Amino acid sequence: MKIAIIKYNAGNIRSVDFALQRLGISAMITSDPDEIRSADRVIFPGVGEASTTMSYLRQHKLDALICDLRQPVLGVCLGLQLMCAHSEEGDTKCLDIFPEMVRRFVPQPDDSTSFKVPHMGWNSVSGLKTSLFNHISEEEYFYFVHSYYATTGADTVATCDYLVPFSAALQRDNFYATQFHPEKSGKTGAKILENFINLIV
Amino acid sequence: MLAKRIIPCLDIRDGQTVKGVNFINIINVGDPVELGKLYAEQGADELVFLDITATHEGRKTFVELVRRIAQNLDIPFTVGGGISEMKDAEALLAAGADKISINSSAVRNPQLIDDLARNFGSQFVVVAIDAREANNHWIVTVNGGRIPTEKELFSWAKEAENRGAGEILFTSMNHDGTKNGFANKELAKLSEILTIPLIASGGAGTMEHFADVFKLGKADAGLAASIFHFREIAIPDLKHYLRGQQICVR
Repeated sequence: MKIAIIKYNAGNIRSVDFALQRLGISAMITSDPDEIRSADRVIFPGVGEASTTMSYLRQHKLDALICDLRQPVLGVCLGLQLMCAHSEEGDTKCLDIFPEMVRRFVPQPDDSTSFKVPHMGWNSVSGLKTSLFNHISEEEYFYFVHSYYATTGADTVATCDYLVPFSAALQRDNFYATQFHPEKSGKTGAKILENFINLIV
Repeated sequence: MLAKRIIPCLDIRDGQTVKGVNFINIINVGDPVELGKLYAEQGADELVFLDITATHEGRKTFVELVRRIAQNLDIPFTVGGGISEMKDAEALLAAGADKISINSSAVRNPQLIDDLARNFGSQFVVVAIDAREANNHWIVTVNGGRIPTEKELFSWAKEAENRGAGEILFTSMNHDGTKNGFANKELAKLSEILTIPLIASGGAGTMEHFADVFKLGKADAGLAASIFHFREIAIPDLKHYLRGQQICVR
């Protein structure tokens, strides 16, 4: 099976490759359109800022390419946010694969001691749907690091609660995405990656 | 609910773990990768690897080690020690570090925080602060607590946040090594003035100290070294105890 990790101007791309290696899976990190189009699975990871990464994707014509993919695609963290309709970060129009909006966490003055931004650490997720969460129980913990979140809606397949309920995972057709980092979420996270690789197409 | 984090800290010299005894389940206790994996399996939420090597050769060994840690560890980790310029941070990011921690270099050159945050994102930048109390003043110290500076703890922590730090790691030099508990009063004050997460360090001796640092100190994470390395507290026992104290842990 051919797995492509999309290479662009965002951080944390190598971590996903390392996580796949731990599962005995080799992937290629590439920005080559043909390599990405012909892959059986495509992973779109990333840590970074929405507007600069979106303009990079547009310049390199990766935006249309991602939207046109028909094989299973997994967005991670910033990848999930860029797959939404719009992000408040830099007032950025995103890929619009999911209709959700990406908003900034705003701590309330009276709960500033309990709600820090970024939302950083292990949080539990619930309302698990799709085979991405096969063999994963409700309220399992995953590792999150983010200051912006995707709202919940019809495509939400896992919910997390921090200041507000938000989409911990989204799915529409062949597109999957997680706000948490499966590559940094221990054995449970590794299971997510394994489930994604094993999706029945 | 967001869980409170337990973070073991490993001191590294020339690519080897400095502290650590009596681990029966691993072949090489000196190997930071093996020790890190063991902590991860026991339920550590993150790890900190602190390079205490001073030599140039040791630095190169550390970067190679960070790459091996990134390949083998499936939880997030922070690396610190000897990061004084952008290229040091870049090398560690390229090797796979999730976060870097800067301390003395940030005090000497606060602009480094802005530059790191702008280039790599706030989530990558932990500002570690070692401070000592004298006559009701909390003075920031550098070089492992040996040299006092002009800076005051609370204003420096806030300045670090404003410059783009993603987290603050506060070590009370008055409490460090005493095993009498964390500096909860100061931690609570820091937690109140900061909007970014706060990691507490210095003074952990018992499981009760961790309950206190979360309840009284309002810290988001508790860091310790020797009590974990010398197996005085096992992480699964600590998590079990904290759960019993109605503290949310993973």
